[in-house]
Amino acid sequence: MLAALHSLVRRRFQAVTAVAGISFEVMPGEVVGFLGPNGAGKTTTLKMLSGLLHPTSGEVSVLGYTPWKREKAFLRQITLVMGQRNQLIWDIPAIDSFELNRAIYRIPPAEYRRTLDELTDLLELGPLLRKPVRNLSLGERMKCEIAAALLHRPRVLFLDEPTIGLDVTMQRRIRSFIAEYNRRYQATVLLTSHYMADVEALCRRVIVIHQGSLLYDGDLNTLTQRFSTHKTIMVQLKEERTADLRAYGEVVAYNDGQVTLRVPKSETASITERLLADLPIADLTVEDPPIEEVIEHVFAQPANGMEATP
Amino acid sequence: MTALLDIYRAHFKTTIASQLQYRAALVIWLIGMVLEPLIYLVVWTTVARSSGGQVGGYTPQDFAAYFIVFMLVNHATFTWIMWEYEYRIRQGTFSAMLLRPIHPIHSDIADNLSYKLLTLSVMLPTAIALSLAFRPAFHLVPWAVLAFIPALVLAFLVRFLMEWALALAAFWTTRVNAINQMYFVALLFLSGQIAPLSLLPAPIQAIGTALPFRWMVAFPVELLLGRLQPEEALIGFAAQVIWLIVALALVHVIWRAGVRRYSAVGS
Repeated sequence: MLAALHSLVRRRFQAVTAVAGISFEVMPGEVVGFLGPNGAGKTTTLKMLSGLLHPTSGEVSVLGYTPWKREKAFLRQITLVMGQRNQLIWDIPAIDSFELNRAIYRIPPAEYRRTLDELTDLLELGPLLRKPVRNLSLGERMKCEIAAALLHRPRVLFLDEPTIGLDVTMQRRIRSFIAEYNRRYQATVLLTSHYMADVEALCRRVIVIHQGSLLYDGDLNTLTQRFSTHKTIMVQLKEERTADLRAYGEVVAYNDGQVTLRVPKSETASITERLLADLPIADLTVEDPPIEEVIEHVFAQPANGMEATP
Repeated sequence: MTALLDIYRAHFKTTIASQLQYRAALVIWLIGMVLEPLIYLVVWTTVARSSGGQVGGYTPQDFAAYFIVFMLVNHATFTWIMWEYEYRIRQGTFSAMLLRPIHPIHSDIADNLSYKLLTLSVMLPTAIALSLAFRPAFHLVPWAVLAFIPALVLAFLVRFLMEWALALAAFWTTRVNAINQMYFVALLFLSGQIAPLSLLPAPIQAIGTALPFRWMVAFPVELLLGRLQPEEALIGFAAQVIWLIVALALVHVIWRAGVRRYSAVGS
C-alpha cells in the first residue's frame, strides 16, 4: 500500500537496454532470419530498421535512408508485417482496405491491378477479398494482411513472426509465398520467427540475437557446426545383439539393433573408429544434431560467452 | 493535390462502409446528439416563459432557433479523436499509421468528414422536425448568413486541430480520460452548449471570449441567428484565424514531440 502511494507521488523510471552493439549489413535480395528467444531484441531491431523506434545511439541506414526520419520515399519502399498487429480495417472487406492503400501509396491503377492479381493468385485470396475482415479465420486474415503490406511492392520486407498462430499448411503456404516474392522482385527480407522450419526454408543466413546482443551472424549451416558441441552417431548392428555401447558415448535411443549415440564433437572420429573395429556394424552415420537443439543450446548460455564472428 | 483527393475519396468509402456496419450504434449516438440540446431547449423555454416571456433577450422561439442551430453546428464541428488516439496507442495500431507515407491527420479529417456526411441525412430531418415542434424564430440577415459559411469552416478547423492536439496527450499518459473530462466541462460552459454565452455571468463570458471555445461553436451560431453586429463578426473571424494559427502550431509541436516519445519508448 505504502509502495503504491510512493509510486503515485514519485514515479521511478528505469532505463532498460533492449539491444546493444548489434552491427550487420544485409545485401539487396538477401533473406535473413533473426533468431533469438522471447525478449532477445528481435522485434526491437525490426522496429528500429522500419523507423518505429529511435535508438538512443548508433547508426541505421536502410536503402540509404535513416529509418526514424520516416521520409515518404523511404516508407514507400518498405513494409513491416507483425503477426499480431493488423492494418486491415476490421469491419469491411479486405479489398476496400487494399483500395485505401492503393491511394495512400499512390500506386498507378494498372500496376495495382497487376499486383493485386498476382497476390490473389499466389496467396489464393479470391473468395476472401469480399468478406468482412472480422469474418476471416486467423490464417485467412494473415494472408490478407501480407497482401495489403505488399501492394506497393516494397523492396525491403520486415516480417515479424509472419506465421505465428497458423497451422502447418498455412505456414508452408506463407513460407513459399515469401520465397517466391523474394525471387520475383529481388526483395530483401528480414524475418523473425519462432518456427525453425520458417528459417530453414527461407534463410541461408541467420543472425542470432540473445539478451540484446549479437551472438552469431552467418550461414545457417555453419551455425550448427560452430555451436553444436556434440554429434549424433547412428549405428545399425549386423545381428540382433545386445551390445553395451555406453562405453562409447551417451546412448540416446536403442531399438532393434539401431543405436543412437551422442558423442563430443572432438571425439567423433576416434569413437567411430573404435565402433567399427569393435562391433559387427551394418551401417553407421554421423549427423549434426537438429537445428532446434543447437539453438536451444546456444540460448542456454550466457550472452557474452561466445565470440560473434561470421 | 489530386493524389490527396484520391486518398480522401478512398477514406470516404471505407469510413462509410465501416459506419454502416454499426447502424444501431450510429443511431444511439445520434439520439444523444439530439437529446442534449433538446433538454437545454426545454429548460430555457420554461425559464423564459416563467420570467415574463424572455430571458436576456431570448424568447422561447429564440431559444428554439439557438439550440437547433447549435445542434447542427456542434454536429458539424465535433470530433471523437481523443478516444480514438487512446485506443490506437494502447492497441498499437498507431504503429501501422506511422509507417504509411502520409500524415495520419489526413485519415482523421477524412473519417470525420465522411461520418458527418453520412449522419447529415439524419440530422437535417431531425432539425426540421424540431423546428416544426418548437417554432423557432429566425431573424436572418443576408450578410450574416453568407459569413456563416466561412465561420463554420474555421470553427471546424480550430476545433478539429485543438482536439487533435489534445488527443496526442495519449502519448504521455495512458489515462487521458481525466483530461478529456476537464475539456468537456470547459466546452459545455464556454462554447455556448449549455446556454447562449450572453446569458452567463460576465466573468465566464470574458473567459469564453479569451479562450478558443466560443470560436469553435457559439460564434457561427450567433452569426447565423443575426445576433452579431458586423464589427463583432470581424472580431470573431480575427479570433478564429488567430486560434487556427495557434492550433496549427500546437499540432505541429505536440506531434513531433509525441512521435519522438512514442519512438523512444516503443509500443
